[in-house]
Amino acid sequence: MPNLSRETYLNIFISLGLLVFPFIATAMDEPFYITLATRVAILSLAAVGLNLALGTGGLVSFGHAAFFGIGGYAMGILASHAQTYTPIFTWPFVIEGTNQMLIIWLVAIVMSGIAALFIGLLSLRTSGVYFIMITLAFAQMIYYFMISWPTYGGEDGLSIYVRNQFPGVNTLDPSSFFYICLVLMFAGLGLSAMIKNSRFGAALQAARQNEERLAATGIRPFNIKLTAFVISGMITGLAGALMADLNRFISPSMLSWHMSGEIMVLVILGGVGRLYGPVVGALIYIIFEFIFGGLTDYWQFYLGLILLGVVLFARGGAIGLLAGKARHD
Amino acid sequence: MTDQPILQIQNLNKSFGALTATDDVTLDLKKGEIHALIGPNGAGKSTLIKQICGQLSSDSGKVIFNGRDLAGMDMAERAKAGLGRTFQVSSLVMEFSALRNVMLAVQSKLGTSYRFFKNVRGDKSLTEPAMAALKRVNLEERADVMTAELSHGERRQLEIAMALALDPKAFLLDEPMAGMGPEGSKKLIGFLDDLRHEAPILLIEHDMDAVFSLADRISVLVYGRVIATGSVDDIRNNPAVREAYLGSAA
Amino acid sequence: MSTTLLFEQLLNGLQYGVTLFLMAAGLTLVFGVMGLINLAHGSLYMIGAFACAAVAAATGSFWLGLVASIVAAGFAGVLIEMLVIRRLYDRDHLDQVLATFALILILSEGCRMVFGSFPLYLDTPDFLSGPVTLFGGFQYSAYRLAIILVGGLVALGLYLLITKTRLGIRIRAGEADREMIAALGVNIATLYTIVFAIGAALAGFAGAMMGAIQSVQVGMGEPVLILAFVVIVIGGIGSIKGALIGSILVGVVDTLGRVTLPGFFNLFMDTAAANSVGAALSSMSIYVLMAIILIFKPEGLVSNNA
Repeated sequence: MPNLSRETYLNIFISLGLLVFPFIATAMDEPFYITLATRVAILSLAAVGLNLALGTGGLVSFGHAAFFGIGGYAMGILASHAQTYTPIFTWPFVIEGTNQMLIIWLVAIVMSGIAALFIGLLSLRTSGVYFIMITLAFAQMIYYFMISWPTYGGEDGLSIYVRNQFPGVNTLDPSSFFYICLVLMFAGLGLSAMIKNSRFGAALQAARQNEERLAATGIRPFNIKLTAFVISGMITGLAGALMADLNRFISPSMLSWHMSGEIMVLVILGGVGRLYGPVVGALIYIIFEFIFGGLTDYWQFYLGLILLGVVLFARGGAIGLLAGKARHD
Repeated sequence: MTDQPILQIQNLNKSFGALTATDDVTLDLKKGEIHALIGPNGAGKSTLIKQICGQLSSDSGKVIFNGRDLAGMDMAERAKAGLGRTFQVSSLVMEFSALRNVMLAVQSKLGTSYRFFKNVRGDKSLTEPAMAALKRVNLEERADVMTAELSHGERRQLEIAMALALDPKAFLLDEPMAGMGPEGSKKLIGFLDDLRHEAPILLIEHDMDAVFSLADRISVLVYGRVIATGSVDDIRNNPAVREAYLGSAA
Repeated sequence: MSTTLLFEQLLNGLQYGVTLFLMAAGLTLVFGVMGLINLAHGSLYMIGAFACAAVAAATGSFWLGLVASIVAAGFAGVLIEMLVIRRLYDRDHLDQVLATFALILILSEGCRMVFGSFPLYLDTPDFLSGPVTLFGGFQYSAYRLAIILVGGLVALGLYLLITKTRLGIRIRAGEADREMIAALGVNIATLYTIVFAIGAALAGFAGAMMGAIQSVQVGMGEPVLILAFVVIVIGGIGSIKGALIGSILVGVVDTLGRVTLPGFFNLFMDTAAANSVGAALSSMSIYVLMAIILIFKPEGLVSNNA
């Protein structure tokens, strides 16, 4: 028997639970639960992105909705042109829309990465409270831009009638789409675990704890943090494209600062810097929303109370409560 | 030319408001030597080190290292150029083990900080050189201990191990003996004595016995100015130094 | 574009800037003295507006409503500070952000429970409801002009409070050195509560004044809060003077951008395209301004580190 920590057992349990979930939901005759589970997987992926910047790198970004929304709009813009058979633009060369998920994902990742590069270049010149406020402000800039730009629905958003396609998979089947999202979530988790344990991850953790030491060692903290911020934005952007595909609807609310707060809340509810923190956070969030959202219109009031309680009294998040303190090495 | 100094500091100035921290400082470091920098507290020694390393920008003056003007280079670039530095107050990655701190220096030396996939644990290209550096400062048995749990003196040793792992062209050591017991200091003196042949050392130190036994040359900094530079005997017998620094008791 | 229109928009920008200043002053004071980032500052703005609207509706007096806004927001400030905020001073910024984000959820939804989701309307008092004629026959909204004057007076009052009074000296000492002022026997907990309440009252007052121009609804404080952040980033954190400069700059640039950019694009585009591009870009103008200032002065225009 290998010596596994309680946290590892918890992670394995959650992974297996998610893997078999569609069968349970089908057996219970509650197909809607599969949609909820898909939301868990997608939000987890978004939060895995943020956790890389926030947990590993200590970059408190309050603007990750920007990347989530850009990923969403990448899907919306490509798919809307595909459904109307109009090119996105014709000059200097023709770019057509597409309903192929693989291409959409790639575009979502690249576009949110470019946005993260620009936002990071400016906001990483500062730190602390400035960084929080500036990431928030730039996300808000993109939010207002999408609201006042009428071409893609402005404030009303954009509807896509048919879910996009993935080679060899019937994406209209809720279980199939769930597994696509789950695989990407696991890929995101695997990637972030790998990065954390890599040479880059070592430099990133050092940048969080002691920038002066990292610089004196000959590694420039700014470049390390910027790279992490871009990767983080890309992962969250991919999640945005998936969320848009799940809802078949994109609106500026994906870019709003409430979304940024929500993604951050997921990370915190689960436990900052924990590998499965985002997943546990998303699970709690969706279950909470489902149960309390059905009981009262004001469920966010109670979410606020719980969040406040977690921040003031249970700083390790849910994993901290269930599995004890994080292990350092 | 073998006598060409590896590090030349020319007319370096820095003031904070009305306070002049370094005042027209000129000194150099030659191959194979230990050049000690002494002076009372607040004389500007640490400011000077920070200016050389690029942690503080200079108001005017030049730092020429290995034939290159370091103007416009930041701390990380200067470290990469071969300035191995230790901090006056230990500055380490506290949630890393001692070994992982040194591994960070090794990956910097190798220029491989942008590798995203391979796990660093058990990566021999990192652990072996890091272990070797720890061994040189007698810290190999503490390799897996969390830095936050190391003693004050052990952290000083770890700082030196990190500088060693960078394989620098010159060392800038800011009070390496501070907080070390007499036994540790004695070992460190022996170690530095040999180290000068690998790369010359600019040494700031309050322990005068250490300075007098190690230094090839000594510069005395008072109120940001170099008031004398010379051999140990020169400095011992220099009336201005006795007056300004060693005081009448010496 | 006529000079009159431009001048009117300039005044609108100034009025907007003054309102922003009332928000930003509290935020920057709380950050400067207590080192706290407070996302829930916008909720205090909202509380002020709702208190004003409710009291004005009940009593028929806008002025009583205005007083109520200050009292309600100030009182809410004291309560929030004593129950939650004071546990956050020694925490890192992440905890502060999350806890105050939680406060937003609680206060917004709480407000929705009490007042419902529909906006309330607040009328300007009668004698300020018309236009006034300024020099040269130029007419301008009396109410907006009053906001500019009142805001200017508050800014002056704040300046005097901080530079001339005993409380102000303590506040500045608190910014410089917490332990020092505690050692001098000033009750630091009370001082912090007072500073937070002043900031809250200013935000509530701003909310009430703006409530008569816009509608009073849940979430109304959030856009203003984010603009106040932009103001602080531009002006320099912790500096009241920076907040004033930043507020006016943001108010004027935002307002003028909305008016002039569509016209500018109309020079080389058709009207519909110019309007949409102009609107989209003008919504970004202040963020571009912030980005430019960040590139050249990352610490803001008025740096406190000097």
